[in-house]
Amino acid sequence: MAQVSTAPRLASLRATPGLLERIDLPRRVVFAAAASMILIVALLLVFIAWQGIQLFVRDGVPVGQILSPTWQPDRASGATNFGLLPFVAATVLVTAVALLISTPLSVGLAVFLSEVAPNWARAIVQPALEIFVGIPSVVWGWLGITILVPFLAHTFHGNAIIGLPVVGQIFSIPGFLTGFSWMAGSLVLSIMILPTITSVSYDAFRAVPLEMRTGSLALGTTRWQTIRHILIPSALPGVLTGVVLGMTRAAGEALAVQMVIGNSPTMPAAITQPVTTLTSQITLDMGNTVFGEPWQDALWTMSLVLLIVSITSVVLVRVINKGRMAT
Amino acid sequence: MTATPSLRRKTSRGSILADRAATVVLWGTGALVLLILGAIIVHFAIAAWGVVSPSFILSDPSDVALGGILPVLWNSIYILALTMVIAVPVGLLGGIYMSEYASDNAVTGAIRFAEEAISSVPSIVVGLFGLILFVDNFHQGFTALNGALALTFFNLPLMTRLSEQALRAVPQEERSASLALGATKWQTIRHVVVPLAIPGLITGVILTAGRVFGEAAVLLFTSGIGTPPHYNFANFDLFSPASPWSPFRPSTTLSVYIYKLQSEGLGSHVNQIIDGSAAILISMVLIFNLGARFIGRVLTRRLTAA
Repeated sequence: MAQVSTAPRLASLRATPGLLERIDLPRRVVFAAAASMILIVALLLVFIAWQGIQLFVRDGVPVGQILSPTWQPDRASGATNFGLLPFVAATVLVTAVALLISTPLSVGLAVFLSEVAPNWARAIVQPALEIFVGIPSVVWGWLGITILVPFLAHTFHGNAIIGLPVVGQIFSIPGFLTGFSWMAGSLVLSIMILPTITSVSYDAFRAVPLEMRTGSLALGTTRWQTIRHILIPSALPGVLTGVVLGMTRAAGEALAVQMVIGNSPTMPAAITQPVTTLTSQITLDMGNTVFGEPWQDALWTMSLVLLIVSITSVVLVRVINKGRMAT
Repeated sequence: MTATPSLRRKTSRGSILADRAATVVLWGTGALVLLILGAIIVHFAIAAWGVVSPSFILSDPSDVALGGILPVLWNSIYILALTMVIAVPVGLLGGIYMSEYASDNAVTGAIRFAEEAISSVPSIVVGLFGLILFVDNFHQGFTALNGALALTFFNLPLMTRLSEQALRAVPQEERSASLALGATKWQTIRHVVVPLAIPGLITGVILTAGRVFGEAAVLLFTSGIGTPPHYNFANFDLFSPASPWSPFRPSTTLSVYIYKLQSEGLGSHVNQIIDGSAAILISMVLIFNLGARFIGRVLTRRLTAA
């Protein structure tokens, strides 16, 4: 009976909320914390966009010039030309090759973890992938410099491959003497984005209902046939999301790429050639230029391009997953 | 008897072979990952042999001898602490909003979009944002605080999302029971939901810390890239640029130092110093990861058993 008697008292407490309760301070505080991210994005967009357009506004460079293939930013060596095409092309190509290497491997790994691996194998491989994610990009770059680049230089220079008819021509570019190249950049990136594509794809495979597997297997298919014809098509939007996220990470990675790519601002022609991406050129030049000069403004324009690409990829992921449950 | 042959025809010899081959290849991908990780760890264990020692960790950099990494290691830990002091409370509170308060409306949608957008922005662009905001606009120069703020911008989405996930994992019954006892929503969150989510929250904090510790691109243009001077740890003047305790001084971290050394390539011991520093970075990553796992497991066991 004691419980019943407290009910009216509780009701009366509820009926007259105090001032503090009406303001609901905690709700406001936690909302401000969450909404601060909107503020950060807004500021970031405004500042980078403002700096990014100065090349055209303050320096009077025609917008069309950034599409030209010549990068000649130094006033000291004659007429300047701010062609960003070599950097954009290199970013696209280095990223594309990294995706070509990493996607099959990552999707295979995701299938392995979700469909094939026994519990003990999953318990080893998943933590290993998490450690992969944690390895800093300067360490990947350093591994690239000390192991990958000498290996490439050694393998593709002055040995039997150069003698082969077509393959030999691809790899016998003079710049490849050193091993610092588009190929080195793509290989380093392919390892760095492997955990990203794998973990998103893995979630997509896990989300396919068990009945789809048992239904297929009951029809007498092998496990591989079930994977190929049932699981991969069902999980495709998730796998694509992983690929887009991997692409964003690869295109935005700065230090590891800068360390192995050779940093030559020329149009990429061969995979063995040293090139420069948007991120690596920004990293290299930002410290050597003066705030407000056209050279530095061109670097800000490059970062605006990167920002637009990354925001576009967020929209792209949303379009891919449209109609499915938001994560 | 007729059913068996028809089944056999469907599962032809070729498709069984393909299945076997696929199984081998898929196991191969798993083995490859372990092989690469093992090779990296062994490589750095060998490379760091004879370099990493107590004196390497505890002495100043030197131009002629092998020297040490004390100031840059200190800066890494200092900036990590400063970043976590800002990012953990804000991220936790943001996670509380997203998990406990947010309804399915346009504002929540905007917050989610912002969260995904910051996560996808390249770290070098976040560093440039810090450069334009702090250094060029407020004329603050390169300081540890600027680096920590830029790192907070970069890692707030991760911290918020991990907090939200940890809070969402708390069973709904716990909230209902607390509310049924007459507790307010905030009392329920403070005394029931957050304590129950602590194992998940701590795992989130440690994972974020691991990412902050290794980050370099964000810091290049916010906290600086110069070789630090000798630090006098007895100088507690927070506003003196010479004090290692001051947030208002340039502070090159271990990752940035690796980048600086490899790009300048000066000195006779550069490769050894980088190998030793990289080995320390990798060890910290391992410690952060295994620590998050271990602490998460222990706390879950202890709190759920109570």
